[in-house]
Amino acid sequence: MSWIILKIIFISIIFGLSLFIAMYSTYAERKIAAFLQDRLGPNRAGPFGILQPLADGIKLFFKEEFIPLKADRWLFLMGPGFFMITALMTSAVIPFGPDITIDGKSFSLQATDINVGLLYIFGVVSLGVYGILIGGWASNNKFSLLGAIRAASQNISYELAMGLSIVALVMMSSSLSLKEIVDQQAGWHWNVFYQPLGFLIFIICAFAETNRAPFDLPECETELVGGYHTEFSSMKLGFYLFAEYINMFVSSAILATLFFGGYHFPGVSSMDPGIVKTALSVAVMFGKIFFFIFLFMWVRWTLPRFRYDQLMNLGWRVLIPLAVINILVTGAVILYKMM
Amino acid sequence: MDKIFYILSVATIICACMVIISKHPIRSILFLVATFFLISAHYILLNAQFLALVNIVVYAGAIMVLFLFVVMFLNLNKEVEAHKGVFSWFAAIVSGGSFFLIVIKALEQSKLLINDSPNHSIGLVENLGHVLYKEYLLPMEISSVLFFIAMIGVVLLNRKEKIVKEN
Repeated sequence: MSWIILKIIFISIIFGLSLFIAMYSTYAERKIAAFLQDRLGPNRAGPFGILQPLADGIKLFFKEEFIPLKADRWLFLMGPGFFMITALMTSAVIPFGPDITIDGKSFSLQATDINVGLLYIFGVVSLGVYGILIGGWASNNKFSLLGAIRAASQNISYELAMGLSIVALVMMSSSLSLKEIVDQQAGWHWNVFYQPLGFLIFIICAFAETNRAPFDLPECETELVGGYHTEFSSMKLGFYLFAEYINMFVSSAILATLFFGGYHFPGVSSMDPGIVKTALSVAVMFGKIFFFIFLFMWVRWTLPRFRYDQLMNLGWRVLIPLAVINILVTGAVILYKMM
Repeated sequence: MDKIFYILSVATIICACMVIISKHPIRSILFLVATFFLISAHYILLNAQFLALVNIVVYAGAIMVLFLFVVMFLNLNKEVEAHKGVFSWFAAIVSGGSFFLIVIKALEQSKLLINDSPNHSIGLVENLGHVLYKEYLLPMEISSVLFFIAMIGVVLLNRKEKIVKEN
């Protein structure tokens, strides 16, 4: 019974942590944007503007709750909720640290280690688009619908390249369990050194899947007012914006897990197992995650937005063929090593 | 286990019925997505994890999104819906009823093949891979070639005729 309680506590911590990190990602994004544009950024609420996310959240809660007259009421309410749920579900299979022992029993810092963890991530990611599609369509607004349609086609196109780039990695690790993939990367055997092309394709697709610049066509304000969330106000809008940051956190965690050794760091094998090692491992994992979150923001404030046809051409004509070539080369190398 | 199975089955059947009953095409599709989810839950009960997740990725994640996509563009509503006459109602009832009869007769005649000692780990990725690529390699490859042909066909159908540019 105590195992279940521990699991529940762990899952709640992860849940709270993803929300907390997403909250402060909004602050970090504004600060980084300000730095890159030679401004100060938010600095009024609290010291260095550290309370800005709280202020933003409270503001969103107090805004008027508005539902368009001809909107499909239920689906309109369902959209943001669904988007948020799918964003929060993904972190269930990510290992955040090595196993720890409590009262002689081993306890893994991972909500669940299913042997199809990687497929689970793809499943949940592919469901994320429903929140956008439903919300955009239910608003009964042409701009929202166009934004939703763009989101759907973009997600479907880039999911293919993303899946193919992972196939090569799975061929190498011959496991779909994230825990095993991480443990195979102990030492300096990070997958990014063996699969640089796969990593590149994966990170580009991750940008597209999270609807982040330079692929933020679904909410392109110069063409579509606000994209799929044009009609949303109050905390429903907050959910859409917030879920994007949770998606970013989860994508960063997946990038760190799949390609950058997860919680492993150089010199880990020479340390004694214990609380220090565990704490350091978790810290390293989060350090990697924060680096990727920073990368997401860095790219957003550096690169201009793609044109829609460029986006589709990149996805179908560049990334997918490259991913297929990557699979063929990986397969050839594996065969050569076996002989 | 039995209780979970019955709860899931009832939910699946209700969702599947709602697909036909609900008047709104978008809601029908969303109920269909829910049905796929519940079917995946059945797969998990059978310890077929790979099949369960592939079902979600492919059907709920990709094919249903395309359905939703198309229906949203079509913008179906009552004014443009084709009027159905008495004859088509009659035809639908007769064909549906006879199909139902055939299914019931077929079920009556056939024996249910239930494996008393099933292999519980057959649904895991590794075992499934071994079965597919060792025992059933030829059917597997033939079906993938079929998919490939269908893909090429779609690309060919959608190819635009080249327009000669005039300067």
